[in-house]
Amino acid sequence: MNNDRIDQIIDKHQGEASSLIQILLDIQSENRWLPKEALERVSEKLEVSLTRIQHIATFYKAFSLVPKGRHQIHVCMGTACHVRGAQNVLDKVQDLTGIKPGETDSDMKYSLETVNCLGCCSLGPVMEVDGKVHGKISPAETAEVIKKYE
Amino acid sequence: MAQIKSPDELKKVREELLLRRDSGNPCISICAGAGCLASGAGEVIAAFKEEIEKQGLTADVDTKGTGCPGFCEKGPIMVIYPEEICYVQVKAEDVPEIISQTIKEKKIIDRLLYVEPSTGEKATQESDIPFYKNQERILICNNIKIDSKSIDDYLAIDGYAALAKALFQMTPEQVLAEVKKSNLRGRGGGGFPAGRKWEGTRNAPDPIKYVIVNADEGDPGAFMDRALLEGNPHSILEGLIIGAYTIGAQEGYIYVRQEYPLAVENINLAIKQAEEYGFLGKNILGSGFDFTVKVHQGAGAFVCGESSALMTALEGKAGEPRPKYIRSNIKGLWERPTVLNNVETWANVPLIINKGADWFIQMGTEGSKGTKVFSLVGKITNTGLVEVPMGITLRDIIYKIGGGIPGGKKFKAVQTGGPSGGCLPENMLDLEVGFDELTKAGSMMGSGGMIIMDEDTCMVDVARYFLEFLADESCGKCVPCREGVKQMLKILTNITEGKGRVGDIELLEELAETAINASLCALGQSAPNPFLSTLHYFRDEYESHIKEKRCSALYCKELIAYHIDPDKCQACMICFKKCPSEAIIGGKNMIHIVDQEKCTKCNTCLEVCPARFDAVKKISGEPVPPPIPEEERTIVRGGKE
Amino acid sequence: MSKILLTIDGREVEAKEGMTVLEAARSVGITIPTLCDYEKLEPYGACRICTVEAEVKGWTKLVVSCLYPVEQNLIVRTRSEKVDRIRKMILQLLLSHAPYARDLQGLAKEYGADKDRFEKESSFCIHCGLCVRYCAEVKKKDAIGFINRGAKREISFVPEMITSKVCWNCKECFPLCPTEALQAAYGLAEALLSDSPAFESESEE
Repeated sequence: MNNDRIDQIIDKHQGEASSLIQILLDIQSENRWLPKEALERVSEKLEVSLTRIQHIATFYKAFSLVPKGRHQIHVCMGTACHVRGAQNVLDKVQDLTGIKPGETDSDMKYSLETVNCLGCCSLGPVMEVDGKVHGKISPAETAEVIKKYE
Repeated sequence: MAQIKSPDELKKVREELLLRRDSGNPCISICAGAGCLASGAGEVIAAFKEEIEKQGLTADVDTKGTGCPGFCEKGPIMVIYPEEICYVQVKAEDVPEIISQTIKEKKIIDRLLYVEPSTGEKATQESDIPFYKNQERILICNNIKIDSKSIDDYLAIDGYAALAKALFQMTPEQVLAEVKKSNLRGRGGGGFPAGRKWEGTRNAPDPIKYVIVNADEGDPGAFMDRALLEGNPHSILEGLIIGAYTIGAQEGYIYVRQEYPLAVENINLAIKQAEEYGFLGKNILGSGFDFTVKVHQGAGAFVCGESSALMTALEGKAGEPRPKYIRSNIKGLWERPTVLNNVETWANVPLIINKGADWFIQMGTEGSKGTKVFSLVGKITNTGLVEVPMGITLRDIIYKIGGGIPGGKKFKAVQTGGPSGGCLPENMLDLEVGFDELTKAGSMMGSGGMIIMDEDTCMVDVARYFLEFLADESCGKCVPCREGVKQMLKILTNITEGKGRVGDIELLEELAETAINASLCALGQSAPNPFLSTLHYFRDEYESHIKEKRCSALYCKELIAYHIDPDKCQACMICFKKCPSEAIIGGKNMIHIVDQEKCTKCNTCLEVCPARFDAVKKISGEPVPPPIPEEERTIVRGGKE
Repeated sequence: MSKILLTIDGREVEAKEGMTVLEAARSVGITIPTLCDYEKLEPYGACRICTVEAEVKGWTKLVVSCLYPVEQNLIVRTRSEKVDRIRKMILQLLLSHAPYARDLQGLAKEYGADKDRFEKESSFCIHCGLCVRYCAEVKKKDAIGFINRGAKREISFVPEMITSKVCWNCKECFPLCPTEALQAAYGLAEALLSDSPAFESESEE
């Protein structure tokens, strides 16, 4: 992501230091991760220490300091989903993709994360791929869903 | 749309709107909340629009995607007005039939009606459905009636009338008095009297004050705020503006978890619309009162649902909570007096202003007035959002509304209050739901998550699960939580893996005492609750895990073994073929044996064994019976010697 | 500022409005143990070992004295069975990280804390935050900070950025560290970047 785009995002939030997290969220969402250069640019323009930005980038789960895969798989591990067997869904996804939560596969195809509640609790267990929510999913069905993604 | 600059103008706008809409057209309302969208509501809505256009009915039939009515289990869900015919689990393929039969010929399509599981009775109208009938839906009732993206829909149901009343017919002191009289207590978990919080801020000498909507909804299993904010965003805004007027704040924030993109979208749109119409900005409705509001997204941290951590996050920092010796309503956001309330709390405000505190206090118990929205989920037949008057019993919620436990299983516990709460067993089911009642019983109201657990749930694992969650979400600043929760998790994990030792329970209790008394914030202070409540009500499970290495719920993988009963096995080969680890030894007419070395306890064999054989069992706390000798494994079919 | 009268361990103490209980106790020579407190820095309230009993209108609660403001008629007890149990537990949790840390030995003996109560941990930082706060508040450089959260939280120099642009190698933070974890972290960063221009000594102080 080039500096011009970063500057645009910063300007959208009126360059306020308190909007730091919102700015990082925008960069993360567009770029799929936060490169060091982006953090340096934000630090420079908002006049906020890089140490503070680094704390924020590592404190909040939404941010990634490493490139993510083309497809984001989120398995919900909230209580309702847990009680309905989310662990088995997660185990199956790990088997299929070969990666554990927090990891990206070597082809940069999938990134897997656990999520602590997407708010679709009635439909547990829930798996979200690239923002699309799949409810009442069984371990067997996860294979069908994931195979559809290139 | 020109800005509305007086209550009379608002009245006129509303009247004209209602006149324009009084066409007598049937209105097809399809839930477009996150839950139904996940179940395919988007395709259903598109199919309706397409089919209606195709049949040239656009001028005669209205369709809209609406807010979430909370019955996500049965989604996609829709209601046809004015008859209020409710169809559940609707698919895009059903659309042409619905139009030709129900819209054109006024005939009901039986197979799309809701069926009550225990009686087999079908419900035609939304109000006939037992799930809804036993609720008191003062807050959620409007969701299915309005397009969440339409401010006009909100105006059509008397939206912003409370704001006009507060600004022009009441002084801030009078609004405050009404809120105090209603005894509205915070719906986010703390249960603190909202009126008292507002009063403290109103009286604080600082000229700059803030109001905040806490829409972080971090409790896993809770989605009440999602439905309210996503489904009826203007109702929250209206409450917030009234609150700001009362305490004298000019700026407000809405902090929404980023895991709710639809809620973020809808509230941002609602704010834009409100600004357009003159409900936000300068000189609101010509009253002289200025107020603006900004949306901030969360970034994936449960601790930011804690009010002081939320304010720290709004200031653009890592969400570490602050000491609350000086309350945040006096020194909050940027050290200014701040009122932070939960989504549901704000949603109650316009109702209290419109209908009065006297109406509100008729519902509920002495200490807990009004209603509460719970998310009833887990091992329960009817899952979804239930809004009930305070004082209803847990039994009524779980059985009358929830339809009891599915699959013929036995109820074991109800968990409320999220990771800060506790589990209550069967003998507590006649408890009347209320803030103080739940706390006294060892749990808490919390934000409204109500997870039902059955005989297959291991209560030690429940404690372990919540501590794992909290260990991941702890900010890490203070020792009792960062180190204490970590150690508690270690011990509980060991117990569930068969490595529990005598003395573990006592050590857990010591760690609990330190966390409760010395943690920096409520996350750490309440972290031991799930452990303490399960220990109190289900101590035998802890004892058997530790002393007998037995999990009575047959859940903890390290403590269970899968065994095929040689007397029941019919060598059908189904589990043999399905086992993903090739852990079944067997063959045609050869009784199957589980190879315990290879078995990964994935549960497949138990799930696929035909019910009439029922040969696969889980055992725990006792040695696995040795496999019968090979010679005896052959099944001789058709007549024995 | 108005005078406030409170009782600490049975003694009447005269304090000024805005003082903390810790400051009031110190003013009359009463010692309360601390680990994350330092005179040149804002109180932090992270170690929780300065926890005391505070009684107001008959209600007793446990508060951290480094942050709790003095109140008229407050009754403070700096030692009690409960307070001692909590301090012992906090020490045991910290000793699992830094069993031989200089600042923990005396306290461990006084409260009977067993360094082997919990299994030894791999990191010996106790998160007092003194280094981070000193660099931020006194030196105003922000060269060292925290990263991650929960049990994974740790102190970090961001090597290339910080050491080449921000850290002056003043090493004033070193003596503050109760466990020498800071020196270890600094040493590691130095070793990793031994050919970075930042580490070519401008001066060996």
